[in-house]
Amino acid sequence: MLKEQITDTAPSEAPRETFVLNLGPQHPATHGVLRVKLTMDGEFVTRAEPICGYIHRMQEKMGENRSYAQFLPNTSRIDYLSAMMYTHAFVGVVERAAKLQVPPRAEYIRVITSELNRISSHLVWWGAFLLDLGGFTPLLYAFDDREKILDLLEAITGARLTYAYFRIGGLYNDVDQAFIDGSRAFVSHMRPRLKMYRELVTDNIILRKRLIGIGPVSGEMCRKYGASGPVIRGSGIPYDVRKSEPYSAYPDFDFEIPCFTEGDSMARYLVRLEEIAQSLRIIEQALDRLPAGPVMAEKVPRVLKLPAGDYCYATEAARGRFMVRLVSDNKEIPYRVKLRTPCLSNLSLFEEASQGMLLPDALAFMGSLDLVIPDIDR
Amino acid sequence: MNPPQSNPTPTNPPAEKAQAAPAVVVTVTLPPAGAELLARSTLPFRAVEHSLKGYHLDATVTPDQVAAAAAELDREGFALDTITGVDWLAESQMEVSYDYFHPLTGLRAVVRSRTARENAEFPTISTVFPGATWHERETHDFFGIGFSGHPNLAPFLLPEDATYHPLRKDFVP
Repeated sequence: MLKEQITDTAPSEAPRETFVLNLGPQHPATHGVLRVKLTMDGEFVTRAEPICGYIHRMQEKMGENRSYAQFLPNTSRIDYLSAMMYTHAFVGVVERAAKLQVPPRAEYIRVITSELNRISSHLVWWGAFLLDLGGFTPLLYAFDDREKILDLLEAITGARLTYAYFRIGGLYNDVDQAFIDGSRAFVSHMRPRLKMYRELVTDNIILRKRLIGIGPVSGEMCRKYGASGPVIRGSGIPYDVRKSEPYSAYPDFDFEIPCFTEGDSMARYLVRLEEIAQSLRIIEQALDRLPAGPVMAEKVPRVLKLPAGDYCYATEAARGRFMVRLVSDNKEIPYRVKLRTPCLSNLSLFEEASQGMLLPDALAFMGSLDLVIPDIDR
Repeated sequence: MNPPQSNPTPTNPPAEKAQAAPAVVVTVTLPPAGAELLARSTLPFRAVEHSLKGYHLDATVTPDQVAAAAAELDREGFALDTITGVDWLAESQMEVSYDYFHPLTGLRAVVRSRTARENAEFPTISTVFPGATWHERETHDFFGIGFSGHPNLAPFLLPEDATYHPLRKDFVP
């Protein structure tokens, strides 16, 4: 509901004044240490200014004083919910610059683990978002499903969240039959669960009233702010790095880019749920056609010196476009590592888009952007 | 094992010989949308092989042209990807690179510009892309690069009283 609709019925002599409301840096709705300085006119937001940097760690400086292999674990700590795709972009940029050929089996396993990671990330968002909206039960279902993914990935990578499984030139180790069987079992487990989620949650009238028409973001606004991922795809633009700049083994698979034109919180919600179904499709195809062979490139130099110049590599992370921009001066350590993260761009449109919204709607809108704060602050 | 004539200088390992070989000429294959843009653009773009570099088009412009370049790419339908700096201490220069992606064609374009390192300043492109506000604040935080016309260059990720610029190559913590 917009302010104009309510002020029509308000007494004309009502005092007009605004006050400043501080949201965060410690607040359950901000999922981390994000502070938003809100200027309020009653229940309505007149200005929402996000204040970032509370967990800034200067990752880019760390990249400038250690070797490529040593910096790799840092990249999984930027967005800790979709670490696979972040490490993928980093090993990808080094492989691109060093002209390393990654074996097909390694690329397929990268796709499988990345898509499992995408599902687990979307499940965390789904549970936490509904928790923000006042529904506690879905979180327990989401974490139950996500636990199966974390167990699968833990068995092959040794980590539950901050994976350093992708290595420059390939993978840390090969997958075993238990992982392949477990992934197949997960795919057949998850499909009926998605149907149940749709019936129990997506079709729920209270949820729909909270999300439909709330926080509309146009495709043009996404473009001006560089928003990507489910945010731009919920605004009618089918932009996905897996299709627009195909990388790894993604061209081998048949999958669709879910896209909704409404641009509201419901559209972003539906994009993510539909993406889980598409990820299951990709995993199934990759498991069916998993090639045999090594998982590490031959002759990866122990000391890597990349040819001078700049190199970019982008991946489609769970929240959008993640890109590493690397500048090399032919030394063992990078000259410059720029980490282009999706949440920073996705949050940057919040100030413009949240103007005039009711505070509870603004929080629902913020939840639909799926923010991970370390990804903004780096 | 090797006959001596195949390895006349034993101190020179084969890897170094391979590096000294002349560079292989790379054939650049641009997607059709990229070739069309290259033909009609007023910017000094050159085509780049995406599989080697991660972008399709690359232009180097003078600092006073970056806003006009942003306006042209905006008209072409590009989205702002990111803005960042590079400190070239040895050459006493500051570089700012502007990355763009096209949400419909998937094209990637880079516009870069350099200026003298001391009191480096570039015009803001936040009048064209409002999303640039934060990227320019971050670049100011890390490099001390100014952006003339920017609405508010207050520290973004660094503490609000920060007076240092940690990604400058002469920064001492």
